Amino acid sequence: MNQNLPESRTSLETEEGENLSKPFNLRAEVRRLNFWYGNFHALKEIELPIADRHVTALIGPSGCGKSTLLRCFNRMHDLYPGNRYGGEIRLFPDDSNLVELDPMLVRMRVGMVFQKPNPFPKSIFENVASGLRIRGLRKRSLLQERVEWALEQAALWDEVKDRLEASAFELSGGQQQRLCIARALAPGPELLLLDEPTSALDPIATSKVEDLICKLGKAITVVIVTHNMHQAARISDFTAFMHLGHLVEFGDTGTLFTAPKSERTSAYITGRFG
Amino acid sequence: MTHLSGFREEQIDYAGLITRAKRGDLLFGLIGLVVMMIAILTLMTLIVDLALDGIPRLSWDFLTNFPSRRAAQAGILSPLVGTTLVMLVTAILAIPLGVMAGLYLEEYAPKNLLTNIIEINVTNLAGVPSIIYGLLALGLFVQTFGMGETILVAGMVLALLILPVVIVATREAIRAVPGEMREAAFALGADKWQTMAFYVLPVATPGILTGAIVGLARAIGETAPIITIGALTFIAFLPPSPIQAEPPFLNFQWLNSPFTVMPIQMFNWVSRPQEAFHINAAATGIVLMGMTLLMNGLAVWLRYRIRRQVK
Repeated sequence: MNQNLPESRTSLETEEGENLSKPFNLRAEVRRLNFWYGNFHALKEIELPIADRHVTALIGPSGCGKSTLLRCFNRMHDLYPGNRYGGEIRLFPDDSNLVELDPMLVRMRVGMVFQKPNPFPKSIFENVASGLRIRGLRKRSLLQERVEWALEQAALWDEVKDRLEASAFELSGGQQQRLCIARALAPGPELLLLDEPTSALDPIATSKVEDLICKLGKAITVVIVTHNMHQAARISDFTAFMHLGHLVEFGDTGTLFTAPKSERTSAYITGRFG
Repeated sequence: MTHLSGFREEQIDYAGLITRAKRGDLLFGLIGLVVMMIAILTLMTLIVDLALDGIPRLSWDFLTNFPSRRAAQAGILSPLVGTTLVMLVTAILAIPLGVMAGLYLEEYAPKNLLTNIIEINVTNLAGVPSIIYGLLALGLFVQTFGMGETILVAGMVLALLILPVVIVATREAIRAVPGEMREAAFALGADKWQTMAFYVLPVATPGILTGAIVGLARAIGETAPIITIGALTFIAFLPPSPIQAEPPFLNFQWLNSPFTVMPIQMFNWVSRPQEAFHINAAATGIVLMGMTLLMNGLAVWLRYRIRRQVK
């Protein structure tokens, strides 16, 4: 999977310079990305590297553009009229530009999990198999093997293995969210996007999903949006702080939270605004 | 309001406020109950009156005899078969066309002036008097295309009549599917058709079914357009059977057969002077209501099955 990935550049062109202790392999790289909702300029000249097989968190106050940025990675904005992109999101190793590819192809390669658990009104098995069926997989044995694998990856297999044919709605909220993660994982995405995946969950379910994200982050590339700074600090390897459509600061999570370079970052993480 | 100046709590008469609010609630509840009872009781009176007149007349013979000049021997076999076959044609034409048109308008059509005009007119069509559809069918299907006064034409005109109902119900049902469901499907790489066929339409099906049944229930009682296209009022034969013993086992001759339907038979009977025929009409009304109930039952059962599958 990670053949020929480029290394991160030493100098990143964020507003406040870089905050990195070590170089890493790039799975994706956002370059001078702009985004408009109609006339509203929502993302301005975003520069952001996405480290291969690590967790990158996007944080910032409400309306800063973090979810907007995340939804550029799988072209969700294309579902609604009047949205426009400028710039590049490079996906490696093939160096294709995600904002120019066919959106369906992009979504085949980049998986996504949403804020509210949104399982389909189908069985647990069919939910996880959905992405595989969409890709034309029909063979029952293959589907079974892949569904079991995905449920294991999402730490849900032991809880549901005896009731795969039960409705997904019989699961608790936290289980539903892990089911959605399994559904996104089943087709083997090159990049997994998580949009505030725990904001609708109780603390116990949240901690299970967080553990899962930590574990997944060692095997695949994860980008997570969160409004919870402590969550970002707990589970991510890299953090990007956004404000008013700008990417203010990017760095190792540890460094960014303990020694932020930007006054705005420091004000946000110490709770002075946001 | 002078007692509120200064916002001293003890000056507000909470007990009085609550008593008045409760009295208001009670009053509105009573008015609602009375209004509802007026509607329900009127309906109940109609149904009970019809049942008292008609039920004693119901028998197996009544269902299996042809209409006759002698009221005691008259039955409703030909209108019963006619109504069943016409409804079959109507359902087969109106439901797929209406669902596809609704799906297109809601999900595929570009949002422009033309689409807006079509949308407004679809809604308006639901309000066009049914006799106008009858005149359209008479001019177009019967005379211009020379299709004759047949079951097929009757099914087509009733399908046209209820098409707007099915389209509007489909659009409402599709709009009610949560956006998260669509986004989830698209995020997995589904194309628009896959999203619609496998994730949106199944969720919308119960709503679509309800709309289809409302439409069919309207069609089953329609008399005006059927009379306009020239349905017969007295028929003592059946259309050719749709099923036959020899291959290809299906026979479509019945589509071109003359026919009558139950509302026309009722109309015919109530316009006669003899009391016995009026009782026949009441009994026919009971059967017609029974058929509507049966369709509703079918829809409830289908919804239940789908919900169980979907759950």
